[in-house]
Amino acid sequence: MSVIALSPFDLGLAALLVLLLAWLSWRLQLGMERKLLVAALRTTIQLLLIGLVLKVLFDNAQWWWVSLMALIMLAVAGREVMARQQRRFSGWRGYGVGTSAMFMSSFTVTLLALTVVIGNDPWYTPQYAIPLLGMVLGNTMNGIALGMDRLTNGAWQQRALIEGRLMLGQGAMEAVSDLRREAMRVGMIPMINSMAAAGIVSLPGMMTGQILAGSPPLEAVKYQILVMFLITAGTGFGTMVAVWRGARGLFDERDRLRLERLTGP
Amino acid sequence: MTNSKRETILSLLRLEGVASHAMSIPALEVAAGECVCVSGPSGAGKSLLLRAIADLDPHDGQVWLEGREAREYTPWQWRRLVGLLPAESQWWRERVGEHFAEVDEAQWQALGFGRETLDWQVARCSTGERQRLALLRLLANKPRVLLLDEPTAALDPTSVQRVEALVAAYREQQQAAVLWVSHDPAQMLRVASRQIRIVAGRVEDAA
Repeated sequence: MSVIALSPFDLGLAALLVLLLAWLSWRLQLGMERKLLVAALRTTIQLLLIGLVLKVLFDNAQWWWVSLMALIMLAVAGREVMARQQRRFSGWRGYGVGTSAMFMSSFTVTLLALTVVIGNDPWYTPQYAIPLLGMVLGNTMNGIALGMDRLTNGAWQQRALIEGRLMLGQGAMEAVSDLRREAMRVGMIPMINSMAAAGIVSLPGMMTGQILAGSPPLEAVKYQILVMFLITAGTGFGTMVAVWRGARGLFDERDRLRLERLTGP
Repeated sequence: MTNSKRETILSLLRLEGVASHAMSIPALEVAAGECVCVSGPSGAGKSLLLRAIADLDPHDGQVWLEGREAREYTPWQWRRLVGLLPAESQWWRERVGEHFAEVDEAQWQALGFGRETLDWQVARCSTGERQRLALLRLLANKPRVLLLDEPTAALDPTSVQRVEALVAAYREQQQAAVLWVSHDPAQMLRVASRQIRIVAGRVEDAA
């Protein structure tokens, strides 16, 4: 049950592999060496920083610090959802639709898990709350970004079709129903795939981490299953809410398709 | 409101100060059973006018149908009553029949189709067939006003005749108002009760 602590020297050895890869990329003129090194540097600094933040947070387990951390995570995830869309809503909708959907689904699901399933005392114990929220939020973010991107791009491409359906007297949500379904599906596929492949093709990172840290495999597996279900629920509900509200946001109160609410690519 | 109601008794469709983008039409009235042809160079705002009447674009001004302003109807009611036939028809299911709730066989025959057409794949229909089917699909909504954007542009002469005859019959029977965008002077003479010409977003009275 003991963790073998890594020394800076151990990490340096692993870093040598990345340097070797960069050198090879330079020799083969792939043009990736700069990006690779910058990304490696970013990962090192960002993870060290979050390590420090978590250390402080764990030492000061007050609910307001945990909430603040959760809100910062949400704000960053909201920005990321927006940045990943080729055509996004301009103004408050661009940020608001994805972020509010993430808040509703991720926070509810995580809260439910913390209070009902895990039942820690206090329920906001950061060792549980922050990693759980992080995993649910990260995956929900992916689903919402994919779904919204499909929705807004699709609306742009299918403008004539959607308006053609409006002309025949369909309501806004009916005229966009096929696209809406497709966008929801696209957002939900990755997590269904990862559930299907878990344990056979891939050993999920969280479980691997717990096993490396000395947990008995079956305990780690149980946690992984819990997390998978939470992620699935969070992503699914979040994508549905975001795509639904996004689809509504494409139209005004007279059910006119208002594509000028989207920014160009 | 009461004032405008009295004025609109005679005209089925009435426009006042309708404007969007560079198009601006101070006033236009179309009586029940009347067909007004709209002509003018490409990009003059003919389609913008039809889109504004069908309430597809945000616009200034007001449109009344039977004395009631557009906003008194729900958007879908309005677009069912004021049916716009776009220049290029749109289809979202695989087969023709999936786009129809009901079939008026007399109308279908008048355009050269039968029940078997319901099984046709949309992708295998010609542009002209799709254009005629789109008209039938629009008429199935029983609109009070028809906004036709070059409805015969892709049709052969026989089909043009059939479409003109069908629209005339529908207009007669339902006492519908028709706004017909056309580039063909001969056609306008055949179908129009009255003609207006739109140039650079403004109305020029013609013939």
